[in-house]
Amino acid sequence: MIPLYWYLLLAALIFCIGLFGVITRRNSVGILISIELMLNAANINLLAFWRYLYAETGDLRGQVFVIIIFVVAAAEAAVGLAMIISAYRQKQTVVANEIDTMKG
Amino acid sequence: MTLTVAQMTLAIMPELLMIVLAGVLIVISIINRDKCKQVLGCITAGGMILAIVSAFLFAMPKAEPILMWGGMLRLDSVTFVFRLIFLFGAAVTAIFSCTEETIRCRPEFYMMLVFSTLGMSLMAASCDLIMLFLAIETASIPLYVMAGIKVKEEKSVEAGLKYFLFGGMSSAIMVYGFSLIYGFSGTTQLFDIAQGVIAQQVPLAGVVVAVVLVLAGFAFKISAAPFHFWAPDVYEGAPTSVTGFLSTASKAAGFAALIRVLMILFDANSAEVWQALIAALAVASMFTGNLVAIPQKNIKRLLAYSSIAQAGYILVGLTSHSTLGVSGAIYYLMAYLVTNLALFAIVGWIGRKTGSDSLAAYAGLSKRSPGLALAMLIGLLSLGGIPPFGGFFAKLLVFGAAVESGWAWLAIVGVINSVIGLYYYLRVLKIMYVDEPAENTPLKVKEPLWLIGLILCLVLVTVMGVVLAPWFGISNWAAIGF
Repeated sequence: MIPLYWYLLLAALIFCIGLFGVITRRNSVGILISIELMLNAANINLLAFWRYLYAETGDLRGQVFVIIIFVVAAAEAAVGLAMIISAYRQKQTVVANEIDTMKG
Repeated sequence: MTLTVAQMTLAIMPELLMIVLAGVLIVISIINRDKCKQVLGCITAGGMILAIVSAFLFAMPKAEPILMWGGMLRLDSVTFVFRLIFLFGAAVTAIFSCTEETIRCRPEFYMMLVFSTLGMSLMAASCDLIMLFLAIETASIPLYVMAGIKVKEEKSVEAGLKYFLFGGMSSAIMVYGFSLIYGFSGTTQLFDIAQGVIAQQVPLAGVVVAVVLVLAGFAFKISAAPFHFWAPDVYEGAPTSVTGFLSTASKAAGFAALIRVLMILFDANSAEVWQALIAALAVASMFTGNLVAIPQKNIKRLLAYSSIAQAGYILVGLTSHSTLGVSGAIYYLMAYLVTNLALFAIVGWIGRKTGSDSLAAYAGLSKRSPGLALAMLIGLLSLGGIPPFGGFFAKLLVFGAAVESGWAWLAIVGVINSVIGLYYYLRVLKIMYVDEPAENTPLKVKEPLWLIGLILCLVLVTVMGVVLAPWFGISNWAAIGF
């Protein structure tokens, strides 16, 4: 069986890719995708920990947590896309660097 | 001692009432959205007051704190006091929103306000990582929408988008930290985590990584440096009544959850893991907030940086990890709530009358409207920590607690920063009282409701600075409950 550490490494890698994406991407939609990646990294972590360490006890917290994160991610994406559309209507762009009326 | 389902339902009666209130607002938004003046704000504020009454009637904490709903929520004095703080903040915000033409006829705005308050109230009550995450998102997602609700204004849209992107990132970082904590301890119940981590023999490095990730998420919520980048832009762009709510209730909710997590996860012996981190956050926030506030020319940006600095002062209270420190932090949050709500109410009103948020619009305000200038004076002096206003005792308590538990250098840094802060608060006062106004037309307040809200806040600011005992009693009661 694949050891737990591989899953944790995969999650850490995806988390770092997501964080890197949030910091470097200039497109709002790209940033949103990166945020979703980070949330999914947390999901992989939770499921791997649950399956390898805590599944025998019959405790379902890990799975419940993952489902809650799904729901929140969906809500967040819905609100986020709405905000991006409303910004696009104002500025005709979704590039974060060009949405910069306020500075200082 | 356990509670029956009926008792548990009564214990969350204020939250249930908020859901009903949100439902009423949804129905109103379907039936009628044009013929309204101040009705919606009054309904929201009335509902909030009803929720406060129901909290006193049904949801009073028992002598011993009790876990309920399967360990998700806790019925204790912390939950109770913070719930009142959020409900009061939301009610006052609803009243102030009545005067903003662009949002006062939009039921969905008030609905978002109610849902956000509901999330904050659950944040203060939750004792489980799953519930905590859900509550934080319930509080945050409506706030993103509220910041960007003026879809015809470039700045508001931009504020909403920025707040959403930074907020989404920080909650993703925090939930990754939560996932590590779950992995290390095998449980999500806050009270069992410490034991779980010891039982699994997790290396200290792993715990530190998880704590840093979670702290980063919370630091965003309370806008502490270096996670404050969103604050000035969002505060400036969001509708001013939303800014007031964001800078007070949202910050208080972040602190409530942060204090809960830190106090439960770490006992007095293992507090060093986070004390240095919190102290570093406090110092960074105080200096960044105060120094960058000095050259600001926009009053909302100035207050945003000031609010970053205030987060630093509250963190000083937290660092001491003592009952006095925590009750000082709660006292600070209460004083800060009424002060900043009043200040942003005035800023919003003047912004509507003069069409500008720049400091230049405040020149000679004392000649155009002596009353508002006096109100502004009270608010700014309270933020600066001058007696006889609430901010004075708040600062005294947090710095005193820091000295008491051996963090004297942190208290000294705090006092130095208070002096820097006083410089730019007094600069605003100088502009208001000494400078000549650009035009001499007097400004008259014609909104009685708005005035009542403002006077209520100002009276509380003054009372909190004159009579210490009852307010300190409340915050101390809450601090013991953690």
